[in-house]
Amino acid sequence: MKSIKQVAQAGTLESSDIMITLSPADAGSGIEIELISPVLKQFGDEIKAVIRQTLLEWNLEDVKVHANDKGALDCTIEARMTTAIERAIR
Amino acid sequence: MEKLTMRRAMMFMPGNNPAMLQNAGIYGADTVIFDMEDSVAISEKDSARRLVHNAIKRLKYPCEVAIRINHIQTPYGLDDLKVVLPARPDLVRLPKAETAKDIQIVDEIISEAEEKNGFVPGSIKMMAAIETAKGLMNAYEVATASPRMVALAIGGEDFIADLKTSRTSHGNELFVPRGQLVLAARAAGIQAIDSVYTDINNEQGFIEETIRIKEMGFDGKSVVNPKQIRLVQEIFAPTEKEIAHAERVIAAYQDALARNSGVIAIDGKMIDTPIVTRAERVLAYAAAVRK
Repeated sequence: MKSIKQVAQAGTLESSDIMITLSPADAGSGIEIELISPVLKQFGDEIKAVIRQTLLEWNLEDVKVHANDKGALDCTIEARMTTAIERAIR
Repeated sequence: MEKLTMRRAMMFMPGNNPAMLQNAGIYGADTVIFDMEDSVAISEKDSARRLVHNAIKRLKYPCEVAIRINHIQTPYGLDDLKVVLPARPDLVRLPKAETAKDIQIVDEIISEAEEKNGFVPGSIKMMAAIETAKGLMNAYEVATASPRMVALAIGGEDFIADLKTSRTSHGNELFVPRGQLVLAARAAGIQAIDSVYTDINNEQGFIEETIRIKEMGFDGKSVVNPKQIRLVQEIFAPTEKEIAHAERVIAAYQDALARNSGVIAIDGKMIDTPIVTRAERVLAYAAAVRK
């Protein structure tokens, strides 16, 4: 499995949460992450790494990710990513 | 039987709220219950169980961690267990338990998860909420359906709906169900936990209800707001006089044991086994307060 079939969303815009939207991408286009976060400078790379890692665990290589972070912990980012993926491949 | 675990204040936390899950441990509850049932919308059940799984697995909590799953007869209950059990919660709370079979189904699923994940067999405990008249009629069977069972709880709002009555300030409508629940739990040798008090701003009403249920024999109460935790724990705390008396009872009992003496008396009053048991309970509660 390289990509997803449909757009899917998980999470909220409440404090300590993150809202993830996944969209299908063309074959070979890779993982594209657009991140909004109040801690973009300090933790942007770390948040993107968690997003990327979760996609790779699901063998997803071609996906567009829009993430609106409200200060989520890694375990929350991973949980929201997992739910978004499960909804996208359902 | 499990060693005495304090469950004076068991606090519900909505399972789909990251801020509440990550702060759940700071309020001093004896148990936090991550809820995947009533506080989670049907469209977010999948999301909540992933979040609860990760919170239990990755965050550290200074207290017992329980999950409230959806009823096993709904499409969600089995998925809750499948996703969250590998994170190893301490306790699984089953809502609307009505028969021993409900408990046995969950017990078997937990056994399989323990084996698959290399957890100590029997280490994940269970409790059940009795929320219907039918459930109460079967409460003893429910309480004894699995060695994992550590407590019965009464779910007040659903119970009142099932009884076709309404909440009052004096609580008479739940007097008999509460009494029967305590009897069933005690007969089974497990704890009895009272229902939530949902009028969060009525502190006096909450205090009166908590005093009442303590007198009835309950071990603790489910709470929905952090400010209720301290109130419950204060009401369940033994007084200085009770602690001093309990210490004297235990000392006299140990002294009698050492001297192989059968009869003990303090201040001319005979001390027998139930009094020693009660003293041990008082000291356990006192120790929990000091923690």
